[in-house]
Order: sequence, then structure tokens, then C-alpha cells
Amino acid sequence: MIISARGLRKDFTVTRKVGRFRRERHVVSAVDGVDLTVERGELLGYIGPNGAGKSTTLKMLTGVLYPSAGEVTVCGVEPVAKRTTLAKRIGVVFGQRSQLWWDLPLGESFALLRHIYRVPDTDHAARLTRCTELLGLDEFIHTPVRQLSLGQRMRGELTAALLHGPEVLFLDEPTIGLDVLSKQAVRDFLGELDQRGDTTVVLTTHDLADIEKLCRRLVVIDHGRVVHDGTLDELHTRYRSRRVVVADLDAPWPTDLTLPGAEVTAVEADGHRVTLTLDGIAAGEVVAALARAVPLRDLSVQEPEIEDVIARLYRSEA
Amino acid sequence: MAEFAAKVGIIAHMVRAQVRGQLQYRVSFVMELIGSMMTNALDVATVFVLFSVGGGLGGFGGPNVLLMASLSAVAFSGSDLVVSNVDRLREYVRTGMFDSLLLRPLSSLAQLMAITFALRRVGRFAQAAVLYVIALFVADIDWTVGRVLLAVVAPFTGVVFFSSLFVAGATVAFWWVESGEVANAFTYGGRDFTSYPITMYGGWFRDLFALGLGFGFVAYYPVLALVGLPDPLGVPVWLHWCSPLVAFLAAGLAALFWRVGVRHYRSTGS
Repeated sequence: MIISARGLRKDFTVTRKVGRFRRERHVVSAVDGVDLTVERGELLGYIGPNGAGKSTTLKMLTGVLYPSAGEVTVCGVEPVAKRTTLAKRIGVVFGQRSQLWWDLPLGESFALLRHIYRVPDTDHAARLTRCTELLGLDEFIHTPVRQLSLGQRMRGELTAALLHGPEVLFLDEPTIGLDVLSKQAVRDFLGELDQRGDTTVVLTTHDLADIEKLCRRLVVIDHGRVVHDGTLDELHTRYRSRRVVVADLDAPWPTDLTLPGAEVTAVEADGHRVTLTLDGIAAGEVVAALARAVPLRDLSVQEPEIEDVIARLYRSEA
Repeated sequence: MAEFAAKVGIIAHMVRAQVRGQLQYRVSFVMELIGSMMTNALDVATVFVLFSVGGGLGGFGGPNVLLMASLSAVAFSGSDLVVSNVDRLREYVRTGMFDSLLLRPLSSLAQLMAITFALRRVGRFAQAAVLYVIALFVADIDWTVGRVLLAVVAPFTGVVFFSSLFVAGATVAFWWVESGEVANAFTYGGRDFTSYPITMYGGWFRDLFALGLGFGFVAYYPVLALVGLPDPLGVPVWLHWCSPLVAFLAAGLAALFWRVGVRHYRSTGS
């Protein structure tokens, strides 16, 4: 495994004014005992509400913050103790912390990063060419970074994080604030990176489309603790998200009819429209049974909304 | 050693990038350069005025005072050129931008120096260096190998000493973001203290600054060693030669303080 954390914790001391002069000190655990293992080549979605401790975890994994307790290794080394060694083996995109030189053309930032990470010329050129193609950097590579749009800059940041060929890529909300097209470009790029399988990716996001399209595995944290670790499907199963079948009928719904694995939740339009909620059974069986029992005119299957699942998850753990 | 050279090379690349970035704003750069050179000219004028009036200060003749003043100026302006902007660490800590330095495979302190480097300060340093060389010729020095070495090394030890102060002062921001101008009492205050013979100052304050905090080793003691005069205050002659040791110690303490500071870095929410 390439990332391993055991009982990882980060406490912050915050002072609060009490009365006119007195101040009270409180210890707040931003991350409170996180266990996490990530295998090489995985793409992991690390999600949770604002203030759940996502960024703080990422900062401990990348050697920016010193953990208050717990053990952590990334690429086999302890992040803070071996910060500079680790830095060469990981790539990081923190949305608000640019790795680019504000006043210089984008291309010059890339050249500087080649020196900083001591990347051989040929490797650098090959990676840059690939990123240029996939992310369409051509149009703005000679533009000073301060003049780039957010979407263009984020594409630049992604490239900057990958030019030294990192084993792990950490992304903190890479699609936040981007327009639809830029989001799509970033998502496609990450999907392609995942397909190649040689880079492990840890991604935090609030964007549910990112999660659905990219993350096979989800780790959900809230109040500094892991509340779910598994696939999106497992999340649906655990929180009983159920698919819904809506059928339009040529004849009124026979009220005494029951279908195995489905519950009738609504009958409308004088019995000509019925809504069935499935109990996790494959929709095909229910639809087949339905077609045998009543004359079907039209039918739609609605997938459970991931928004609902996540919202329920956050609420239930609060 | 090769490793160290490679790192210095990388930092040089970053400094050049920083300078290129500053040159993007040409008018602003030229204005600041002109402003800075005018202040320097005034500084130099002050020294000459001091001479023409008294001819000597604190029991030392004009040439020796000039030597002290110019050595102190070289030390301060040299460190001003290299590190004085590290107090911008405050901004980096407050905004969390310091994160991006910790994500790169280089010393965070070296990177901070590179990205806060301000080329416009080079003028002041050049003026001070010229003045120092003139003062070395004017002063009555009985040249020996040791004294030649000291004359060459002393500006560097002074730069290291003041740089350590600037760095230590900036490091306070890891605990106390509003550290403000507290550190300047020691850096700018130290510059004024080291510009003149310490015999001008009185009592416990002088001993604390000169020996306790080491400011005497920037210019006063090295100049005594160069011109071969005994210290009117009775500090033994061997101690006059110790400025490299003091600078080394100061740099070690500042580096240690910096390391502890980085561990206390809290970053900010994203």
C-alpha cells in the first residue's frame, strides 16, 4: 500500500473571548483518529462536509502539517520527517495554493519546476507534451499566470503537479468554481490518468458528478472521523437508497396486486400511473412481473440521487 | 557538496524568476530603485557630516569610525538584500500560502528568501561595499595575513549575523501572526548600534547589546582587530577575532528556531 494512516489526529488550540479580557483555550480535533490505507493505482474520493477535516488530513499526508498523534506513511516514508524526499514523489493541487509564478508566463513556471524537481529534460518534455494535448494548454502557455481564467489556471496547476511524474497525486477540490467545460476537461483528464493506473489519486471534492464519474472508492469523513469507507454502491446499500419505477398503465391499477421486492408508494391519475419503490432487487425482475400482471404503456426507472445519500449520511452522523 | 551546489543552482533559478517577475512592472521598479539610491546617498552624506564636525567619535579617530560605520553598513545592507523581506512570512502564514513552499523538495527558508528577493536593494549594498573598501585604505592598518583574511571575512560574518536576526524575527510569525514590528527593534536598532563605536553607549545596555546579543562582533571588535587597538572597555584581544564564531552560532540558533517554527505551522482552512 502506498498510503497508510493509523489513528491520525490533528488538534488545534483555539482561543475564545470570555467576558471582556479573559480568554478561554479549547482544543479542537480537526482530524480525530483517521485510519486509512490506499493501494497503489487507486483513485480515492475523500469527501465530507465543510470543516470535516479533509484538507487537514491531506496536509498531514503531504508533510505540511505535523500530526498531533497517530502514524502515517506515504510512499513508505513519514511525511514531515522526510518532507523533501516525499515532495519529489507526490504531486499536489490545493485549489487555493498556487504552485505557479503569478507574474510569469505559464510555460516559465513549468521550466522552473523542472529545475526544482530536477527532472531529466526528455521526461519533462514528454509529460508536458501529453498534458498539453489532453488539457489544451497551447492557447495560453505563453500568457502570464495572473491573466489566466480559473479554468485555465487549474489546468496549469494539474500539469505542474504531474511534470515530475509523481506516484501519488493529491487534489483538494480541483473542480471548485470551474465552468462546465473546464470541469469536464479536468474530469476527463483524471479519468484518463486513472485508466493508465500508474498514479494513485486522492481527491477531495464537493462535486457529486466528480464522485460518480471518477471515484470507485469513497471515504467519507465527518467531524474528523471516517464514517464510510467503500464503493458508491455500498454507500447506497447501507443508506437504503432505493430505485423507483414509475409505470403508466392502459388499465387502472388492481389495488390487491403485490409484486415481490417492490412496494407501491403512489397510485395516481385514476389508477393509470403507479410508483413502485424497489427493495434492492434488480429492476428487470420487477418490470417483468409488472408487465405480466398489467398492460404497460410507458415506464421509467429513476436511479437514487447521490445528493440525497450524502446529505442523509452527513445528517445521520452529525 | 555536489548536492549543495545543485540546490544553490535551483535557488538561483528561483531568484532569477523572481527578478523577471519584478521587471514585469518596469515603472514601479525604476521608481523604487531611484528612491532607494537617494536614501543611500543621504546615508553616506550623514557619515561625512559626522566626520567633518567631530573628526572622531567615542575616543576613536575619524578613519576608524568610518571603517566601523562602513562595515556595519555592508553587513546590514547585505543581509537586507538577501533576507530582509523574509518578514513577509507573516502574510504567507496568515493566508496559508506557506503550504506551497512545504510541498516542494527544497528548504522552505531558502525558498522564502528566493521568492521575497528584491533586486532594488542591490544599490545600497554596492554603495556600502565601495565605502568599506575606501575605509580600509584610509585606515592605518598594519597588514598581516590574518588581518587580510579578517577584512575579507568580516563583511560576510556581519551579513550572516544580521540575516540570522531577520530570520529569527520573521519566524515569530509561526506563533504570533501579528508579530508586527517587534523584530525591527533588534534589526534596525542593531544597525544603528553597530554603526558607531560602542564606547559611545553606556552601562548595562551596552554590555547586553555588544556581548550578550553579539552586536559588538558585527563591526566594533573586528575593526579593533584590524587596526590593532586594545578595547578601552577591557575585552581581551582574542575575543576581537571571534566574529566568525559568533555569526556561526547566530546562524545555528536561527536555523533551529526556524525548524521549531515550521513544526508549529497551522496552515489555514482551504
